[in-house]
Amino acid sequence: MLTKILSGDMPRSTALAVVLIAILIGLAFAPFIFPGVRSVDTAARISIFIVLVASYDLMLGYGGIVSFAHTMFFGLGAYGVALASTHMGRGFDALLVGSVSGALIAALLALLIGLFSLRVRAIFFAMITLAVASAVAVLVSQLSGLTGGEDGLSYKIPRALGPAFKFADGELFGVRMDGKLLKYYLVFFSSLILFLVMLRIVHSPFGRVLLAIRENDFRAEAIGYRVVHYRVAATCISAAIAALAGALYAIWLRYVGPDTSLSMEIMIDILLMVVIGGMGTMYGAVIGATLFVLAQNYLQNLMDVAANAVTGVPILPDLLNADRWLLWLGVLFILSVYFFPTGIVGRLRQPR
Amino acid sequence: MSHPILETTDLTVRFGGHVAVDRISCTFNTGELTAIVGPNGAGKTTYFNLISGQIAASAGKVVLNGRDITRLSVAQRTHLGIGRAFQLTNLFPNLNVLENVRLVIQSKAGRGFNMFSMASTHDDLTTPAMEIVERVRLSGQALQPVSELSHGDQRKLEVALLIALDPLVYMFDEPTAGMSVDEAPVVLDLIAELKHRKDRSILLVEHKMDVIRTLADRIIVLHNGALAADGEPAGVMASDVVQEAYMGKELDIV
Repeated sequence: MLTKILSGDMPRSTALAVVLIAILIGLAFAPFIFPGVRSVDTAARISIFIVLVASYDLMLGYGGIVSFAHTMFFGLGAYGVALASTHMGRGFDALLVGSVSGALIAALLALLIGLFSLRVRAIFFAMITLAVASAVAVLVSQLSGLTGGEDGLSYKIPRALGPAFKFADGELFGVRMDGKLLKYYLVFFSSLILFLVMLRIVHSPFGRVLLAIRENDFRAEAIGYRVVHYRVAATCISAAIAALAGALYAIWLRYVGPDTSLSMEIMIDILLMVVIGGMGTMYGAVIGATLFVLAQNYLQNLMDVAANAVTGVPILPDLLNADRWLLWLGVLFILSVYFFPTGIVGRLRQPR
Repeated sequence: MSHPILETTDLTVRFGGHVAVDRISCTFNTGELTAIVGPNGAGKTTYFNLISGQIAASAGKVVLNGRDITRLSVAQRTHLGIGRAFQLTNLFPNLNVLENVRLVIQSKAGRGFNMFSMASTHDDLTTPAMEIVERVRLSGQALQPVSELSHGDQRKLEVALLIALDPLVYMFDEPTAGMSVDEAPVVLDLIAELKHRKDRSILLVEHKMDVIRTLADRIIVLHNGALAADGEPAGVMASDVVQEAYMGKELDIV
């Protein structure tokens, strides 16, 4: 049963199993274990980023394809939901139409870019994605009539997902049974299902072909796999799932804007999360995204505490000033790449 | 039983001003093992690349089973019945031995786009793959990554991939290169076995004269990219032109 759900990809390391179970439990019961707007928001972000990073890993770690357009696909899904909700009015039908059309457009765009550039060389694809992603980002900020430009769009989502909606009286373990809770679980379960689907894809016959292509595309072609078709298919699937992650993000935030869903910064964050977690492992996305989002949200606080604790000592409080959190995030990243070149998952799975 | 399966007509490729393969017209028959010989740089591997599609022809045609395949991709040719083993070992280094073979069987079964089932549950692919791994005497290493295998074992796996593909035209490019005296017979026996089936055409680029003597039904000689001789092994080897120009030294050794 468990083997089937995980598609036969057991953690193969006790430490990894413990960490994964802890993350799963943490996310599954976040509203109860960590009540509070900010912590639940962090948990939702982690769930969404796990999907986004895993979809990138599907392309990079399994397909060996480097893309810089992943935030663009993410943004397409987010804007899909935003535009549908703005123009169709609040409702689940708008969410569905927005998510599905965002995913379809993302897949279609990936198909076009892929057919155009994956025939040639992988590096060419990377360049094209960079160009297209920049063009789309500029378009979104210029077409302000449609997209709200730099200000982005705020819209209403169904009442059933809002704090005013109560689906049961009273409280469960001190948590109100409201739409906010429903919304969290919509995000959590959608992310979980999308992740498990990707886990299945990478362990399917198709996933094995991707591995073969990453290992030796020349030979993969010689045993009868049309490499371009597989690369394009992997890119399309990855783009569609990234768009669905974007749709979840848009539902969660009830806002989209270039900074939250299209910026190059997010693209770099995704790359870091994949590398920190471990490329080509899927579970690396879980660990990478969790660590990174936690650090993004709590490193500042942690440093504040640390800086206060060492007041009076020379230099240290300045170094630990909360404003310097990005510096320390960078240091953490360099250290993790230095000590775990195969990512955290690769390291934990190493036989010793 | 012996009928033409593969034909090249005036097959030519030029790299800049250099003509690497020069108007080679040749027919290969089912049930026949043709050895392709010639000095280094004669164009043997390039001729192979033109037939299996890694290089596009500048002129001429490749016809398989009556169908012009000159413009088809490598993968398309593979599906029509051209199979190739490579001179420099060319495998999937971080996948295990069984998975390397299984991928070939999966390709033949056309299941590459199956996305929602677990590959490990396709027993009808795994079982034949394991049989082939046993035939090349690698069952002990079946679950080892290829990168950990010895050179000789990698050569065996290279041949195993071709046997798993079971094409109409087998193309071996120096299959025993660098193998030890103990290991080479495993590969040569497999090739002999294929030959005795009489239902496949085998093309073999080979330098070792003893191998050619035992296996070849026919020899073609390439020199400077052109076809220099073609015929029965005894006749070709005895012909003065071949003796002196291309094989003098090698024949001395044997």
